[in-house]
Amino acid sequence: MIRFDQVSKRYPGGHEALSRLSFEIDRAEMVFLTGHSGAGKSTLLKLIMLMERPSQGQVFVNNQNLNRLTSRQIPQLRRQVGVVFQNHQLLFDRSVYDNVALPLVIEGYNPAEAGRRVRAALDKVGLLSKEKQNPIVLSGGEQQRVGIARAVVNKPKLLLADEPTGNLDPALSAEIMSLFQQFNDVGVTVMVASHDLALIRRMNKRVLGLANGELAHDGVLQHAANAETV
Amino acid sequence: MQRTQKRSNSRVAPAAAGASRGAAKPGGKNVRGGAKVYKTGWKDRWQGYLAHHQSSARDSLQRMLAAPVQSLMTWLVIAVALALPATLLVCLDNIQSLGQRWDGAPQITLFLNPRATERAIADLQRRLESRDDIDTVAYVSAADALKEFETESGMGNALRSLDTNPLPPTLLLTPSTDAAPAALSALGDSLGQQGLVDDVVFDRAWIERLHQILELGEQLAIALGGLLALGVLLVIGNTIRLSIESRRDEIVIVKLVGGTDAFVRRPFLYTGLWYGLGGGVLAMVLLSLLLLLLSGPVAMLADSYQSDFHLQGLGFGGGLLLIVSGALVGWLGAWLAVGRHLGDIEPQ
Repeated sequence: MIRFDQVSKRYPGGHEALSRLSFEIDRAEMVFLTGHSGAGKSTLLKLIMLMERPSQGQVFVNNQNLNRLTSRQIPQLRRQVGVVFQNHQLLFDRSVYDNVALPLVIEGYNPAEAGRRVRAALDKVGLLSKEKQNPIVLSGGEQQRVGIARAVVNKPKLLLADEPTGNLDPALSAEIMSLFQQFNDVGVTVMVASHDLALIRRMNKRVLGLANGELAHDGVLQHAANAETV
Repeated sequence: MQRTQKRSNSRVAPAAAGASRGAAKPGGKNVRGGAKVYKTGWKDRWQGYLAHHQSSARDSLQRMLAAPVQSLMTWLVIAVALALPATLLVCLDNIQSLGQRWDGAPQITLFLNPRATERAIADLQRRLESRDDIDTVAYVSAADALKEFETESGMGNALRSLDTNPLPPTLLLTPSTDAAPAALSALGDSLGQQGLVDDVVFDRAWIERLHQILELGEQLAIALGGLLALGVLLVIGNTIRLSIESRRDEIVIVKLVGGTDAFVRRPFLYTGLWYGLGGGVLAMVLLSLLLLLLSGPVAMLADSYQSDFHLQGLGFGGGLLLIVSGALVGWLGAWLAVGRHLGDIEPQ
């Protein structure tokens, strides 16, 4: 589903965020991405979303070489990737319903079909009763779940999350993670960037550990000693 | 949770089945065609497209009305800029129609030598009547001219105190209707060479001069209109730039979830359209008010000249043109602003 081939990303000014990074994530896999801040987690996700382009190497998403996509084709790529952000990126000038419906409106769904899908997504994250509210009145955990509903409303095959539990307490974080687990269970490829190692260890999934833009760890985290090296 | 999941799955079952079928296809093509397999067909997409147009149009209008004072200011600026050249054009139109009232068949007046004998004059009249390029020839003797002048001018007493009649005998010629202006002036030249003729006067001369002045005025109005249209473009461009700035977050999010440039552009183009349309309508109102204010004095002035002349407005077609051109300029201004500023806003 995702393949990085010798990918480097150098920013103007000389800072190298990623250097010759290679890895592959299979369809329907669930992977965690860890590393200290500045290790290149965000850059990696941005490359998948084509918010950045690599300085060197190639990124493949769904067997499509992203280097070959023109800027006019970027929207088509982003429609296939659901993204959850740490700061939710919700719009506070419209209701929960309209926030979740946004990807469907963009894709040109007819309103009736869009309505069915939005309610299904809101039902899935347990916020169906709040569809008419403004997201600003919701709690942090609820806002994050609105963000998740928006990310999955058009049934993407790939779901990315950048520190989705960054501002949440452990109970809420576990709840969010179990949602991701459920999407993964129905065949969605899920990639979660997080530095909540305790939570990651409990999930018992493959972990990609980044350090200074290189892959420092690839595999399941089992015990605390192992985690220290990540 | 299991129950919930089942329910939501069953609601979207056909589309979901389509999605997994489409996604299971290997190969690069699937990425570009990916979005299509989630959809039910072009008809739905067309409906969704129309729905977004509708909601863009409605939302941008609502945003405008939510800040009424600011919007009104913009509308007024546009209205004044549109009303100025329109007013100039309406004035020119009115002057032209005033000119047309005396713009019938052109007449040539031949002032004859006062000492010419009646016989020589009758001879000249016959010769002129036989020419192809002259339709009619009317003779006004010096005595007739004096009588007419007395009754028309009301200066009979002053004239009677003169010993001799100061007016020359005249011949009034009507050229053939199909005579070209160049042929007319050639005709005038040849008439001036006749021995009996002292002077040749074209009645049309002042009307031609008026037409030249009007033409100049019209070009001035077009140039002014062009300049002011440029002003409107800049005003709308700046307004749209501010509106883009204030919706930066929204643009970023829309781009992140796969919104095309056209999708992002659409609400701003409608904003420009509404500004231009509102400005055009307001310009119509301003112009109508101005004409209403002027129509009384103009009617009184015309009345004192025994004329039934009335000020003419833009009319239905002209008004429509004014509003449509306002809307067009607004849309264009928005397009230019969006083209310049939207590219700068990318998700970071």
